[in-house]
Amino acid sequence: MHDIYQFVSGPLARLAFTVFVIGSLYRLVQMFVLVYRKEKFIFSFMSWKYSLRSIFHWIIPFAAVNMQQQPIMTLVTFTFHICLLVTPVFLLSHAVLWEERWNIRLWSLPDQLSDIMTLAVIGCCFFFWGRRIKLPEVRYLTFASDYALLGMVAAPFVTGLIAYHQWIDYPFFMILHILSGEILLMAVPFTRLSHMLFWPFTRAYMGSEFGNVRHARDW
Amino acid sequence: MNEPVKKVAEIIPDEGIDAGLARLTEDRIENTILRVLNGETGARLKVYVETCIHCGLCSEGCHYYLSYDKDPRYSPAGKVKQTLWEMIRKKGRVDKAFMRQAVVIAATQCNMCKRCAMYCPFGIDVAYLMSVVRRITHLLGLTPQYIQATAHSHSVNMNQMWIKEDEWPDTLQWQEDEARSEIPHLRIPLEKEGADIMYSVIGPEPKFQAQLIYQAAVIMNVAGVNWTMPATPGWDNSDMAMFTGDNELMGRIKRVHFETAGRLKVKKIVMGECGHAFRSVYDMGNRWLGWKMPPIPVFHAIEFYYDMIREGRIRIAQKYAEPVTFHDPCNVVRGRGLHEKARYVVNAMCDTLIEMHPNREHNYCCCAGGGVINCGPPYKMVRIDGNRIKAEQLFAVKARGARTLIAPCHNCHSGLEDINHYYGLEMNIKFIGDILYQVMKKP
Repeated sequence: MHDIYQFVSGPLARLAFTVFVIGSLYRLVQMFVLVYRKEKFIFSFMSWKYSLRSIFHWIIPFAAVNMQQQPIMTLVTFTFHICLLVTPVFLLSHAVLWEERWNIRLWSLPDQLSDIMTLAVIGCCFFFWGRRIKLPEVRYLTFASDYALLGMVAAPFVTGLIAYHQWIDYPFFMILHILSGEILLMAVPFTRLSHMLFWPFTRAYMGSEFGNVRHARDW
Repeated sequence: MNEPVKKVAEIIPDEGIDAGLARLTEDRIENTILRVLNGETGARLKVYVETCIHCGLCSEGCHYYLSYDKDPRYSPAGKVKQTLWEMIRKKGRVDKAFMRQAVVIAATQCNMCKRCAMYCPFGIDVAYLMSVVRRITHLLGLTPQYIQATAHSHSVNMNQMWIKEDEWPDTLQWQEDEARSEIPHLRIPLEKEGADIMYSVIGPEPKFQAQLIYQAAVIMNVAGVNWTMPATPGWDNSDMAMFTGDNELMGRIKRVHFETAGRLKVKKIVMGECGHAFRSVYDMGNRWLGWKMPPIPVFHAIEFYYDMIREGRIRIAQKYAEPVTFHDPCNVVRGRGLHEKARYVVNAMCDTLIEMHPNREHNYCCCAGGGVINCGPPYKMVRIDGNRIKAEQLFAVKARGARTLIAPCHNCHSGLEDINHYYGLEMNIKFIGDILYQVMKKP
């Protein structure tokens, strides 16, 4: 068990971060090269003003009409994304790791709040799962991989919660927690989770087209 | 788990598609799909397909989805699932039955109105994805017969309606003669080099709506603008090739249009009240030809009327009394942001404007544009059933008092007329020009 722990928290962790960072950069460079090679005109339509205008309207809860029409989904999705991104970075135990491994000192969340945020992520995953099963328009678009992605996102949070509270088999769940987190990180650039990378660009392009050419809102 | 791509319930016979299918082999389908996916598309397609998280939030953006009782097959992403996702997943190895369904979906169940792009949190442009499908079906020779016939007319005559070269100036002279009984010195100046404005229209105007040319001539003459119309091909600004996926023909059509304006050395092109033509001249055709923006500034009629009224060149004698509502056409509102200028014009001409809801960029499509109405009678009920939501929206505004429906777009007009008759709305549908001609001060 100790050897496995050493492996997942050492070399595998380094590999996961490397794959995440290099993979993400690779995907972004690949996108820019493709634009340059085949759709160069896109560059000439891009506008900082309208890109930011569009992004701004879609990162503020209820700023877009569709968000107002789907208030529960809006609340859930904002809660989910905020907790998903903030909790792993600012969790106290992770802050300790940041400092130990890379000498980065970060502000950290109170443990109780982290617990609530972790539960929120898990709850939101259940919501998304239920949505995929229940709503015909979402069910129709759902593939096995969509459930797998949801599971991959939920796994580090579920295992992390169990490990932190040491409810059952701490070493096993700790390893599972680290492993599932690493799988998630490595999956970001190469699955539909890559919307994390591409979202600002698709938004910026649509924002620029709507603002610069169409002189209309896109929210 | 993943629901299978269901077959459409009813197969509508269409000679254009069926004859095309008979000629195809699966190898040719595969090669053509790969040619488009690998050769003609780039980052947009790749990123759009890989970024879509299958959340279904685009659904509420589509009038087909809303009208067909929220059937997921009609949601924007649902249409991509039944077409491009499958083509990509199978690396182009799809069969004829699949392609038959794909062309029906792309050509007759999407108006490319881009409303869904405002509902997708990532701004994924499903209209663009459907245009990629149409491009594939065009290269495979699978275009619905009626719209293909229109594209053939463009190719032969450089106009949409098989109008011969001598019929065009004849029609203009006829309308000039007619209008002279109302305004004795009225002219429709042909081939006037160096005029400020070249006025261009779509093929159906000389073909069967010549009174619109009459009205435009009266408006131009009363406003006292220095204008002209070409006597040669290039007068038609419409473009069905843009909607069939025949980009090469789209380029030819737009080149003739711009070159005609260039030959006449005009300062700008003013277009009649047509939406798709505006999209072709302002957005699609110019880009295909390598122009970021049109080489000669292009103004939709709404902007022209706005300028004329604001500058006091057109004055209103007596406002239109019947309460009106205004339909925002996708191509000039989501496509050019003319909604506030249109309201300025409508308010200047009419006593009472009652807004329909949703409106402006969020207005529901007419369900005729994007080439759908041009696919002809076989698909008429697809689009009328597919736009029940529009009828409901119009009944609601009628209940609040609106009796006249203003739609400054030809496709919208025709589509809304069908909605009007089928659902028994009994509204008067008018162009802005109809009312402006009626209420303006004339000499």
